[in-house]
Amino acid sequence: MSAAILHWCLLASQLLIGLAMIAATYRMIRGPRAQDRILALDAFYVAAMLMLVLFGIRIGSNIYFEVALLIGALSFVGTVALAKFLMRGEVIE
Amino acid sequence: MSEVPVWVAALVGGLSILGAAFTLLGCIGLARFNSFYARVHAPTLGTSLGSIAILLASAIYFTVSAQRPAVHEVLILVFISITTPVTLMLLARAALYRDRAESSGDVPLQWGEDIVVERADAPSQG
Repeated sequence: MSAAILHWCLLASQLLIGLAMIAATYRMIRGPRAQDRILALDAFYVAAMLMLVLFGIRIGSNIYFEVALLIGALSFVGTVALAKFLMRGEVIE
Repeated sequence: MSEVPVWVAALVGGLSILGAAFTLLGCIGLARFNSFYARVHAPTLGTSLGSIAILLASAIYFTVSAQRPAVHEVLILVFISITTPVTLMLLARAALYRDRAESSGDVPLQWGEDIVVERADAPSQG
């Protein structure tokens, strides 16, 4: 009983997170300027991290937690680096 | 998947669906808002309430199934809630700098330059 509840609830929430990732991908492809794409990449990272936490609950192992923590750290570093690049590296005529 | 009580399963499932729904709302807002400065608000719904709900569900599930307190999800939560404002503030500043440099349309107004309020007791010019 409880296994079935967990299975269907986790499946539904993984589908919702997948839809969220599709929406972020849409903005990443469509986004008119570079900052929109970077913002969408950040949202995509967060959705992927939550997806991995849900995978961890489904499998019942702690390994996915480490991966989620790693993705969170990489998202921070990547977004800060890209924002710094926009601030300084871009040649604006 | 080890067997947990039904109310724990319902709690974990409900919290995970709640968090996933909030993340989806944030990403829909990211896809649908019109200007960048409106869009930058939307995904924080996922990083604040979505992360809180899903990580709380994970903590509850591992606490019950391993029968000892599992609080390492707090690590992700603290990290996310510290880094998200920093990155978004840097990104918004970079976007503002680019938009001002190109003087494109949808820059938010700046207090003191675009918005000037005359004081009533100010000495009149000329």
